[in-house]
Amino acid sequence: MEFDHILIRFGEMALKGKNRKHFERQLLENVQFRLGEFRRAKVKKTRGRMYVLLNGEDAEEVMKACQQVFGIYSLSFAIHTENELEKLKEAVLSAVQAENGARTFKISAKRADKSFPLTSEDLNPALGGHILKNTEGLSVDVHHPDVELKVEIRHEGAYVTSKDYPGAGGFPVGTTGKAMIMLSGGIDSPVAGYLTMKRGVEIEAVHFYSPPYTNERAKQKVLDIAQELSRYGKRIKVHIVPFTAIQQKIHKDIPDSYGMTITRRMMLKITEKVARQQGALAITTGESLGQVASQTMESMNTINEVTDYPVIRPLVTMDKLEIINIAEKIDTYDISIRPYEDCCTIFVPKEPKTKPNREKTVAIEQSVDFSGYIEEAVGNIETIHINGKSEGRKQESFADLF
Amino acid sequence: MIYLDNSATTRPYEGVLDTFTRTAERFYANSSSIHALGGEAERLLESSRERVLSWLGVKEGSVIFTSGGTESNNLAVKGTALMHMSRGKHLVTTRVEHPSILETFQSLESFGFDVTYLEVDAYGRVDPEDVQKAVRQDTILVSVMSVNNEMGTVQPIEEIAAFLSNWPKVYFHVDHVQGFGKVDLPFHEAAVDMCSLSGHKIHGMKGTGALYKKDHVRLFPLQHGGGQEDGERAGTENLPGIVAFTKAMRLIKEEQQEKAQELQRLRNYAYEELEKMAGAVVNSPKRGAPHILNFSLPGYKPETVIHSLGERGIYISTKSACSSKEPDKSSVLDACGVSGEAASSALRISLSYSTTETEVRQFITALSEVKASLIKTMEV
Repeated sequence: MEFDHILIRFGEMALKGKNRKHFERQLLENVQFRLGEFRRAKVKKTRGRMYVLLNGEDAEEVMKACQQVFGIYSLSFAIHTENELEKLKEAVLSAVQAENGARTFKISAKRADKSFPLTSEDLNPALGGHILKNTEGLSVDVHHPDVELKVEIRHEGAYVTSKDYPGAGGFPVGTTGKAMIMLSGGIDSPVAGYLTMKRGVEIEAVHFYSPPYTNERAKQKVLDIAQELSRYGKRIKVHIVPFTAIQQKIHKDIPDSYGMTITRRMMLKITEKVARQQGALAITTGESLGQVASQTMESMNTINEVTDYPVIRPLVTMDKLEIINIAEKIDTYDISIRPYEDCCTIFVPKEPKTKPNREKTVAIEQSVDFSGYIEEAVGNIETIHINGKSEGRKQESFADLF
Repeated sequence: MIYLDNSATTRPYEGVLDTFTRTAERFYANSSSIHALGGEAERLLESSRERVLSWLGVKEGSVIFTSGGTESNNLAVKGTALMHMSRGKHLVTTRVEHPSILETFQSLESFGFDVTYLEVDAYGRVDPEDVQKAVRQDTILVSVMSVNNEMGTVQPIEEIAAFLSNWPKVYFHVDHVQGFGKVDLPFHEAAVDMCSLSGHKIHGMKGTGALYKKDHVRLFPLQHGGGQEDGERAGTENLPGIVAFTKAMRLIKEEQQEKAQELQRLRNYAYEELEKMAGAVVNSPKRGAPHILNFSLPGYKPETVIHSLGERGIYISTKSACSSKEPDKSSVLDACGVSGEAASSALRISLSYSTTETEVRQFITALSEVKASLIKTMEV
């Protein structure tokens, strides 16, 4: 017998009383979506559990994919069999043999279906004895076993599982609302997006694009990042905001030292407008306290002044190395370090204010009328839909060559 | 025409030629140029790279596109030697490698490198235990081919890799030029750090190939310049060749899926027929790669046999084409302990997935006719 199922256990969401149904439904949908490439795999839901029927798909690969879905607490490979002692014996033996290197084991049988003739106390020795008879070098250890084989007798048949694999945790994406993330293409913002999604938040992204100062490849970089992030949710809309005119205006009419602060204020204002249009209730950024001039406490205070939307900053307390570790784990790091300039690195003043004064900034900003520029930028947004499934990258034009 | 010299080079697949021309026409921009056309070329290049990895069946590591097997081998060997000589100057290879490996190692000896050339058995197979005995504290590289180009011998790469996984600082390079699409390498589990590939041996274009390497491998470049290929192989990329090579990898993998058994059957058939033929000696191992067969007709000059077969439209070769212009006998057969006459009258046929049974049969008939019509020119 081989592992033909993956058992999915829910995490925190099991606690969420009335919302539970909604959460489970969303998780089912997300798992189904994530497993789309595994055509034969089927997902089914029972009370408080979910199973993936592998139907011949690569168990390891499906496991890896499931481990990326938020809202799952832990997973196990499982063998599904009929409620018959001989079948159960065969199943536990296969399961223990699949655990290379295990020296001790324990059987924990649970009989939910009371019509099954043997009690749990009868089952444990019967199944354990079968393993001992048919293997070498394995012994029973009920306190600290290398493998704990769980046998569950249910009406629809029995499930035998062994090792627990950790899930991604968090909540199913789509259960806790929507946020608009500011995606620059750097290392931090994708990580912020990932962590926001972890808490069940669906994200859309805003990217500020300043041609000809930034090029097509900088934009592509952001789309590639969105593609990676979309694996944790479903689809991500990326709103490309034409930002050149505003940056030029700031460069021309605003004193150099306040250029950076006011640029950020413009970005946040525009993001709030897009969030409002798209029904997002919060803004997410990759800011980490003290990392750069715009992320000092004074800068945050001054920049944040333009919006009353909640700004979620998952990285605010993290060190750069912690952020890089996550970026590597979610495969966005290599994309982020591609050396193309983004809108934040052009027109950088020689000495930006690291401690801008809030009142002074507002006064300077009010001396120039940006409203027309902002409206124009928002009006000319190009929205790109990144679909978590297919290759969103621009490969269509030459896929036929291969 | 019956072409049985596929280990020398192959005829490009039609689809490969089509891809080559279309890429050359459409994506002529330099992928290092920052304009949109350059960006497109760069994406195509990177897309090729990802596909090469997936056709190799690996998830990690990188691909350096080269001008072919010889360059890949040179880069792997010299690149390692020059980069890591401060750590040790001992290198290990076998006596039956392709000249692009052997000559490279020999050239390094003149710079003070100490090279161990492992002996092989009568079929050209290296003993994994000999690798264990040869590796020392100052060893920096072990290079063993997967499939021998003259004999078709399959080397025990998995066993060697398993042993070398205990020596993380010793790079393991595999010359896989004759093996790709015929004999699978266990990349996944095995500690193969580098692997050479050639385009024109798998129905791609000449002047194309690649060196696969794991991420931790650092090489001293043979060509310095504009920083292409991560600085390890400078020079404007041959994009049409690269894309065509990538496609050839896919096509031969598909053929392998469909026709591996058929190819094996054809080789077995030829093997048995040659064994039966009076005066012929088969040198290849019975269980070798499914496309290479080496045999001798003691007493007959190989050139004469080749020309006579050529008159009948059948093309085969003596030892490897790369060294067949030299009059002396094959160093591979010499290493296998094949003695004088048999070693200097060796011939090789190499099949492809499009070789048919009729062709093999016609070759066998023609060979016996040629043998009967020729006068022995050498003493046995």
